Amino acid sequence: MMTLGVKTMANKRIDETTGVETMGHEWDGIEELNNPLPRWWLIILWLTVIFSVGYVVVYPAIPLLHTATPGVAGWSSRGQLTKEMQAAEAGRAAVLAKLAATPLNEVAADKDLLAKAVAGGHAAFLQNCVQCHGSGAAGSVGYPNLNDDDWLWGGNLDQIHQTLLHGVRQPGDAETRTSLMPSFGKDGILTAAQINEVASYVLTLSGSAKPDAASQAGQAIFAANCVVCHGADGKGNRQVGAPNLTDKIWLYGGSKQQIVNSVTNAHAGVMPAWTGRLDPVTIKMLALYVHSLGGGEDFKEAPAAPPAVDNGNAQPQAQ
Amino acid sequence: MLNPKPNSQQSSLYEKRKAVFPKAVNGRFRRFKWLVMLVTLGIYYGTPWLRWDRGPYVPNQAVLIDLAHRRFYMFGIEIWPQEFYFVAGLLIMAGIGLFLVTSAVGRAWCGYACPQTVWTDLFQHVDRLVDGDRNAQLRLQAAPWGPGKIGKRAIKWLIYLQIAFWTGGAWIMYFADAPTLTRSFWSGTADPIAYATVAVLTATTFIFGGFMREQVCIYMCPWPRIQTAMLDEKSLIVTYKDWRGEPRGSVKQAEKTPGAVGDCIDCNQCVNSCPTGYDIRNGPDIACITCALCIDACDNVMAQIGRPRGLIDYATLEDCAVERAGGAPRPIIKALFHTRTLVYLGVWSALGLGLLFALGARKHIGIAVQKDRNPPYMRMSSGEIRNAYTVKLRNMEARPRLMEVSIDGLPGGRMWTDETARDSAARALRSTVAADRVEPLRVYVIAPDGTGAQHFTFKLRALDQEGGGGSTDVRFDAPGGDGQ
Repeated sequence: MMTLGVKTMANKRIDETTGVETMGHEWDGIEELNNPLPRWWLIILWLTVIFSVGYVVVYPAIPLLHTATPGVAGWSSRGQLTKEMQAAEAGRAAVLAKLAATPLNEVAADKDLLAKAVAGGHAAFLQNCVQCHGSGAAGSVGYPNLNDDDWLWGGNLDQIHQTLLHGVRQPGDAETRTSLMPSFGKDGILTAAQINEVASYVLTLSGSAKPDAASQAGQAIFAANCVVCHGADGKGNRQVGAPNLTDKIWLYGGSKQQIVNSVTNAHAGVMPAWTGRLDPVTIKMLALYVHSLGGGEDFKEAPAAPPAVDNGNAQPQAQ
Repeated sequence: MLNPKPNSQQSSLYEKRKAVFPKAVNGRFRRFKWLVMLVTLGIYYGTPWLRWDRGPYVPNQAVLIDLAHRRFYMFGIEIWPQEFYFVAGLLIMAGIGLFLVTSAVGRAWCGYACPQTVWTDLFQHVDRLVDGDRNAQLRLQAAPWGPGKIGKRAIKWLIYLQIAFWTGGAWIMYFADAPTLTRSFWSGTADPIAYATVAVLTATTFIFGGFMREQVCIYMCPWPRIQTAMLDEKSLIVTYKDWRGEPRGSVKQAEKTPGAVGDCIDCNQCVNSCPTGYDIRNGPDIACITCALCIDACDNVMAQIGRPRGLIDYATLEDCAVERAGGAPRPIIKALFHTRTLVYLGVWSALGLGLLFALGARKHIGIAVQKDRNPPYMRMSSGEIRNAYTVKLRNMEARPRLMEVSIDGLPGGRMWTDETARDSAARALRSTVAADRVEPLRVYVIAPDGTGAQHFTFKLRALDQEGGGGSTDVRFDAPGGDGQ
């Protein structure tokens, strides 16, 4: 091929069809017309070559054994991420500061601030709460649904905030939500027959079953053992986290068998206190988010909260 | 290496640009090109400054691509992002419009309306203004660098830069309110992207219009390749009528031996006036943008020597064959309409009418609903079932409107929003939607215990004189449904 090229180098001629000069080489009868590329193409090629040299110097480029040449600009994707994260945090700082300075019950007055707080609360919820309450905050058996209007410990902003700060049955937290339902069956307080009767009675409270002989017998047992916490009418007591038995929402199931099981063994669910785990503003945003899910109670309409507990975060009710 | 001994005879693989110094021409096509330049540049520079009153809530710029607010305004038309098919339709029409123009009058786009052509033409007039016409330009090019040449080059390039800057400057005016942007641009407070855009477009205009010129058409642009593929024997092209012109000879030769030479006197006026430096007498080529300036140049020469015009002229290849065989030239107007042209015209018009119809029939009010799927439904303590929806009310009018959303179907169903109390739950709710906005509502719908999973309809109604509305079918989930 090399010899062929050299041999035919001088065979330049004008191609008849196009009127263009040939390059003077020929392989098996195939010739090439001399239509030269514009010179600026070549210049651009060299410019890109020069650019690439500069790029290799400035940016990380040549792979080494464990890393790559760092480049004089000191750029790295990790560094860029850090910078972007810092910028994002700086962007949020003003909102967070404003939120920290605004009392919990006054956030809703600022629609923009509320929307941002709810969005921030949602993000924190997805990181910290979905493990028990589910990504839609719908809970499951034993883990309360936060969308509905049934609250064990109260559903206004302060009550939700208090639950978040100190948790439920959190050991070592003096202000944690706590109460203890006896295991009536396991501890031998009631017999299996009595438990069956009281369960029948409980079902009638919410209209889930019609009164019968068993439930009438259960009514007396209920009055003797349960009204202290659940109340004479069975509507529960939020101060001690005693659930309302007259509604249609059952944390541990509403079938007869499930109620018998609850009375026999009792349940004592726990939730961690988030004080110390999350910063105060995040906890505030979480309270606003949970309150926004559609079941949040209005502060004014809520039954008077007990003044017994003052953790310093509760806001005055006067408004 | 293939060739260890580079041969002295070897051609260069790269060619330096041969500068083109087109001579000024007068004539009908030149006049037409002036007109086209005036109109196209006028549209380009002037459009952003046209005002169009749309009321107090929306911008009053006649043509505005409002990327920040995701709106496209064009006189009486306002396009929202979800209606982008109108813009897509316009682009398709522009494409088919180019097919139509190409099949009727050949590369008219290249010759008259392409920005590269218009700006190159403008820059070549600047050359003539500063350096003089072709011969003076040639002399200056050959002259050594001295104070005179440096001064002229400096003036010329400064004018180039001015034009380039105004070109880039006009572009950004389409994307923001022009007077406001002008003020903020000169006070240094405009968005950096505005300065960057102006800088890039100034640079490209300066380089492409001032220096690259015909190189863009011949080497960079895909359009000449596409256009040449769309031309056929019925398309108008600029043609040298070789059967009439050849063999070339001077006027004296023609007087000495009548009939021995053709009409072409080889004066090279056609080549000298060509903005891409092409010799049309070599036949059609990608370098011929059909600007028709050679027709003007040749017609002027023919008039001077008393021969009929049209040695170089617009003609179709079919007509060329007829004329070569001795037939009479056909009027150009008859070449404009043939089957392909009419088909393109039909498709183009149908698209245009369809778009106009769709534009006229579109509704300026609408409702869209997204249902919460996690959780799909909620049981309230009363036993009732609650579903949550995000309802979006669209108001495309330039004024706030009071609207009513109501539940159609779902017996016993009531609703409230996250801004109203549950006690106020009702079959319908009202909301005032701001001008030119989508109002999102968080809506909770509640139905009595025992309600099964089913579909129902959200109905929207505007409560003003103009009225109108819409509806959308949604699902209501409930326990014991179909397994969802």
